[in-house]
Amino acid sequence: MGGEKEETSSKPAFDVGAASELVGKLRGAFASGKTRSYQWRESQLKGLLKMTEEHEQEIADALHSDLAKPELESYIYEAAMLKNSCRLALKELKRWMVPEKAKTSLTTFPSSAEIVPEPLGVVLIISAWNYPYLLSLDPVVGAIAAGNALVLKPSEIAPATSSLLAKLMGEYLDTSCIRVVEGAVPETTALLEQKWDKIFYTGNGKIGRIIMAAAAKHLTPVALELGGKSPVVVDSGIDLKVSCRRIIAGKWGCNNGQACISPDYVITTREHAPKVVDALKQELEKFYGKNPLESKDLSRIVNSNHFFRLSKLLDDDKVSGKVVHGGEKDQSKLRIAPTLLLDVPRDALIMQEEIFGPLLPILTVDKIEDSFDVINSGMKPLAAYLFTNNKKLREEFVMSVSAGGLVVNDTTVHLAILSLPFGGVGESGIGAYHGKFSFDAFSHKKAVVYRGFMGDAAIRYPPYTKMKLRLLKALITGNFFAIIRAIFGLSKD
Amino acid sequence: MVDLEKELAAMREYYSSGNTRDASWRRAQLRGLLLLLHENQTEIFNVLKQDLGKHPAEAYRDEIGSTIKSINYALDNLKGWMSSEKAKLPKVALLTTAAIVPEPLGLVLVISSWNFPIGLSIEPLIGAIAAGNSMVLKPSELAPSCSSFLAQKIPAYLDSNGIKVIEGGPTVGEQLLQQKWDKIFFTGSAGVGRIVMAAAAKHLTPVTLELGGKCPAIVDFLSSSWDIEVAVERVLGAKFSACAGQACIGIDYILVEKKFYPTLVELIKIKLKTMFGENPRDSHSVARIINRHHFLRLKCLLDDPNVRASIVHTKKSQEVPHSRISCYGYIEPTILVDPPLESMIMEDEIFGPLLPIITLQKIEDSIEFIRSRPKPLSLYAFTNDRSLRKRIISETSSGSVVFNDALIQYLADTLPFGGIGDSGIGRYHGKFSFDEFTHYKAVAWRSFLVDFWFRFPPWNDHKLQLFRHCYEYDYLGVILTVLRLKKPKPSSAS
Repeated sequence: MGGEKEETSSKPAFDVGAASELVGKLRGAFASGKTRSYQWRESQLKGLLKMTEEHEQEIADALHSDLAKPELESYIYEAAMLKNSCRLALKELKRWMVPEKAKTSLTTFPSSAEIVPEPLGVVLIISAWNYPYLLSLDPVVGAIAAGNALVLKPSEIAPATSSLLAKLMGEYLDTSCIRVVEGAVPETTALLEQKWDKIFYTGNGKIGRIIMAAAAKHLTPVALELGGKSPVVVDSGIDLKVSCRRIIAGKWGCNNGQACISPDYVITTREHAPKVVDALKQELEKFYGKNPLESKDLSRIVNSNHFFRLSKLLDDDKVSGKVVHGGEKDQSKLRIAPTLLLDVPRDALIMQEEIFGPLLPILTVDKIEDSFDVINSGMKPLAAYLFTNNKKLREEFVMSVSAGGLVVNDTTVHLAILSLPFGGVGESGIGAYHGKFSFDAFSHKKAVVYRGFMGDAAIRYPPYTKMKLRLLKALITGNFFAIIRAIFGLSKD
Repeated sequence: MVDLEKELAAMREYYSSGNTRDASWRRAQLRGLLLLLHENQTEIFNVLKQDLGKHPAEAYRDEIGSTIKSINYALDNLKGWMSSEKAKLPKVALLTTAAIVPEPLGLVLVISSWNFPIGLSIEPLIGAIAAGNSMVLKPSELAPSCSSFLAQKIPAYLDSNGIKVIEGGPTVGEQLLQQKWDKIFFTGSAGVGRIVMAAAAKHLTPVTLELGGKCPAIVDFLSSSWDIEVAVERVLGAKFSACAGQACIGIDYILVEKKFYPTLVELIKIKLKTMFGENPRDSHSVARIINRHHFLRLKCLLDDPNVRASIVHTKKSQEVPHSRISCYGYIEPTILVDPPLESMIMEDEIFGPLLPIITLQKIEDSIEFIRSRPKPLSLYAFTNDRSLRKRIISETSSGSVVFNDALIQYLADTLPFGGIGDSGIGRYHGKFSFDEFTHYKAVAWRSFLVDFWFRFPPWNDHKLQLFRHCYEYDYLGVILTVLRLKKPKPSSAS
């Protein structure tokens, strides 16, 4: 056939048919029992660990390509955290898999019971673009530890990481049970039409609703790790330098504010605000220099969509004149400088949605206690932070502020404490994970009761008589004397 | 509709006042429920008799006694459940403490079903109250006497600012589902469960769905005649004496080996007579079918001539359906053997006093039979064979598994009660009820004193090295690097 060059054939579209076929294959693999053995789970977790260790540079490069993420952030927040997650799971897996004995009581005597963890089956994990390596694989660690087969759909907004994941997972993991499907809306929609045993989604509330509605059709349980406006309350009488450093580390040090638990806005008293602004300005310069747009230690804005979204927040009439630091933008490089806004009105655009960027509004109140009402008047955020030395304020904060997680005198660190459940409440999400909570999120805890044939209470069954009723009453309430009385027919009623 | 919104807004405000969070409020409500049950037993027996024809013994066993037990369990354990739990920290987290703090979700909606209308309304309330929420209960309109009993008595015994009963049917249900709740707890069918979850999705409201399914009972060959007799009693009790088979965890059908079938069916017929007499209707020990719709639905299951041909007990059930409309509400305990597997009686959850027996070549075939069908709420197996038991646990999936008995898992406070797959989402009973209505909030407290200067930019290899060691809990490495006794690995960044 002549010299005509064949056009590179595009990959066949991943449509509903392809999705259905994939799920069918994974169900077959799961049904074979392969993923349930300790050996399989251990081998896959070790595979993830090895994959991360052996390709650290490639991972950092992909993150740099997708987000201009500084290498140190790639290391701390993505690679190291994922490795820790794997190591913890490997260390604890045997213990997690053991059935838990349950106490039985007089009402079910004689019997023994236990709670047996079993995998849910075939699960779907949809991840986000801001921590594309960690937020893809951390849930995968839980799914594997619990013995499931899974499909991972990484975010298309971080394409370099998405294809790296597809490549590496294909090389290091058991592809008969663990698959990566790359793509955007059409592929995700095709996946969402299928029946899964669980869907784990990290992203925003709008898509979260779509996912839960799709899950409802199949009665599929969901975990939704969403976001919100995580407030930072800054009291007076604290070490302002250390506090501001921690706020900056949690905001601009976390993917330039594009993180679900980044401090979204600050609340402080009118009196204290100028000091806070000055301290932030000072530390910002120490961290990022006089020309932060050029700093290599800041991620860029992920894409032009988000760049324009953030620009609009700055262009809002309601915040004109409120910028007290920063505000510089470079559209060609998708960079916005760390920006502080003071005294923004509550109805400004920037206070209506999660900012997810390097803009930090500072709201002022008369008394610091008023800040809790401000927080509670909005949707429950994923995280809330308080800097104070006042014990009473601390206690009030923990009692009255509802959020996924709270930190006093720091920001974001609770993410790294694997003995704490990480998840939202209300608009910020459903479910939690990390550490054993990840294992639980992908497990069904099956109650198993063992009874003998002895010691049956014929009183349970018809024909019903008065005596049986008396004895039943006594047995169910577990009242020993009532039982004796009933047996001997000495009951009062 | 506007009234409903106003009412709920007032409830939210009441919740915000913090009253429902006080341990004393929660105890008072739980004691109120206890008093309600103790002081109104006769009336409860009456309304259950009216709605479902339940015998007082059945009513006590399944609805009153069980909830009294659950309330006492909650009262005994409330303090422990409400306390925060310290979280373990690695040593590198110097001067940090962390804890998991339980807090209520807020304003929750409990929708209950008609088959155990008192029990399944109160049981979730116990969890919602113990967890410190305010709540609305919508009892099932299909059990109207029970629904009005609850609507009357709950405000009399409990704080009606924080706990309301709203009666009504599908229209009221829809209106309620359009509102924003902090949690919805639903007991009922999978069909309505989907509707509830779809409505909840609009507000990102977490749900607990206690649904049903076809709960199978595997009856293995048992050598001891005592064992067989007890097994049959338990099977028949679980089918016919718990709301006439209209129970989510009732036995739906039996799986038995062909060889054992003749023994089993003979014993079943004998025991049926012992338990229910020659004329079960007159024994008053079998509940009624809830309404005409379900009565006709069940009669229709027997319409298929192949199904009718498989009836082995009783002759009365083989009569042409619809001929007994005047006596609607009561259906004879009916035993069938090997009805066609594609017939409706083997496809849908029966929820009635019809018991198909499926015979198999080997009892082990039951595992594949069950696996090829949707996951049930409970799986029962009457067997002393250890290896069969092991296979059942590891090769099938269900909400729960019970060996050698049925229904009793409902009474265990230490076991999670809930489904998986089509049989439900979430679980409750005992502490699991508390958990289901609670948000476990992660809290970390840090000191200003210790900070790792290398936490902050500008970044360099030295700081990167320190992080490596910290994250690997390599404390020696940290010290050596800090003292500059260890050279950092060069990265491409600097």
